[in-house]
Amino acid sequence: MIKELIFMNGYGAYVWSAFSFTLISFIFLYVIIKINLTKEQDKFLIKFNLLNKSKIKIAKAQSTNRKILETSIS
Amino acid sequence: MFKLFEPNKIFNITSKVQKYVLFIFIIVLSLGLAEALFISPEDYLQGHSVRIMYVHVPSAWISLGIFSLIALLSLINFIFKNKNFSIIAKSLAPSGLIFNIIALVTGSIWGKPTWGTWWAWDARITSMLILMLFYLMYILAWRIYDKKEYVNKATSLIAIFGALNIPIIKFSVDWWSTLHQTSSVSIFSETTIHASMLIPLLIMTAAFSLFSLLIFLMKYNTELIKIKNKGLDRL
Repeated sequence: MIKELIFMNGYGAYVWSAFSFTLISFIFLYVIIKINLTKEQDKFLIKFNLLNKSKIKIAKAQSTNRKILETSIS
Repeated sequence: MFKLFEPNKIFNITSKVQKYVLFIFIIVLSLGLAEALFISPEDYLQGHSVRIMYVHVPSAWISLGIFSLIALLSLINFIFKNKNFSIIAKSLAPSGLIFNIIALVTGSIWGKPTWGTWWAWDARITSMLILMLFYLMYILAWRIYDKKEYVNKATSLIAIFGALNIPIIKFSVDWWSTLHQTSSVSIFSETTIHASMLIPLLIMTAAFSLFSLLIFLMKYNTELIKIKNKGLDRL
């Protein structure tokens, strides 16, 4: 039963390599995009922490900035 | 109408829904893989190699769909100069490219046991390869050009010209004698594929669509944070 699932009457190598390539591509793209997102969030946090009080007030007035801060910290 | 596409409003949604999309994607993909690899029957002619269809066909459909969407958004951006449309189009490109590559590679793997060759300069395969080149040009144009006016024009033109290739891909099997068979699944006419194979195909298409949605949401947020980072410099 398990042998049949693996070898698939001689087509196993083709089927499993096609599915593996697809899943590896998914993981690769997800990791790359996640790393870039985290990098930009970290950059935003660093820049935000360097602002003085009055500039922090201006920046926090924008809802998107507040949301980025929330997601970056969590 | 364009106010609905304001980045601030979209960012709120894109931040919230990511984890739910990831969760649903994992469930649908697991179901799809079980159907595609174990439950669905083998083909009377192609045997088990037909299972490659469940990753190859949805990938091709989604890469075509995403490029069509990019072209449409680019056209709207070209006419109405709506910046957010170009950010949406840019965020769609990475998943479109990866699905295009998956379609080509899995097609090549499927070709070996079915046609006896890894590659043929068949009209469908060649036009899909051209689509991949358009994806690459589109993504590279965003990286190469610094000035906003140039990058918007260049990317929009690449997407609009690239869209001319979409009907060629779609109808290549009807216009030329190719190794590919004509469409088995159609919205407007009768579908000739059996339900036992159509169901896993549709489940895998749903899973792949969810994955491209997830990547789009993450990439869109990245692009928006990049813009906000520049905004902090100007404060």
